[in-house]
Amino acid sequence: MIFMDFLFAFIIGGLICAIGQVLMDVGKMTPGKTLSIMVVAGSIISGLGWYQPLIDLAGAGATIPITSFGHSLTQGAIAEAQKHGWVGVLTGMFEVTSSGISSAIVFGFIAALLFKSKGKVN
Amino acid sequence: MEQEKFDKIEQEITPRTPYVKNVLKAFFVGGLICTIGHAITYFYIIFFDFTEKTVGNPTVATMIFLSMLLTGFGLYQKLGQFAGAGSAVPVSGFGNAVISAAIEHRTEGFVLGVGGNMFKLAGSVILFGVTSAFVVALVKLILVSTGVIEW
Repeated sequence: MIFMDFLFAFIIGGLICAIGQVLMDVGKMTPGKTLSIMVVAGSIISGLGWYQPLIDLAGAGATIPITSFGHSLTQGAIAEAQKHGWVGVLTGMFEVTSSGISSAIVFGFIAALLFKSKGKVN
Repeated sequence: MEQEKFDKIEQEITPRTPYVKNVLKAFFVGGLICTIGHAITYFYIIFFDFTEKTVGNPTVATMIFLSMLLTGFGLYQKLGQFAGAGSAVPVSGFGNAVISAAIEHRTEGFVLGVGGNMFKLAGSVILFGVTSAFVVALVKLILVSTGVIEW
């Protein structure tokens, strides 16, 4: 059922964003603090082994929110720790996540070349 | 007394945060962005033979590419004012934080301006993500080697 697949992506993705909004509004947190907390939460949930089932259920609904960043960092570290023990915890970390950071850097540089600042919006 | 008076007046004047409305906006916009991401996932699975396990990486890269276009034309900022966390929490919001900082500091030059300020907003996400991943993996390694849990 392809429709159900998209529906789950919408609902789970929306719920994670709604949690972020609650942290910002009710907890009176800055966006930076909210995102940091969500990344840490994603990493802890991943360590408990509950994030992969969420991805299996919701697909991009779980991989697009920033919590998946914490998840893939943790999974990279755990996967290497299984192979190489103590050293792997440090070396494996970016094995899975690299695409988010590398593409942000590359596209950020391209954007700096292409676009001019329109002044601060906020 | 003066301080109390001030607080009271301040409370009356500041508009109340429309909690429910904000959360609903974040839910719908965030859900929509994830649905677009899911469509991209299918695109990569069907046309480029990625599996469901490996498809996360190209999807994230594509979302950040789209975020670059929207940020460059000033549209993502407008979306952010409407949706709040709905546009900040998805990975395109992470891209937006990096890319908008890069564009904004372009006038200060490429090394000190773009290079030095690119991760000004998004750096904390990387810092806390990496640190917590390190701690979680370390705890798990200790628990496994002492025989409390299995991998």
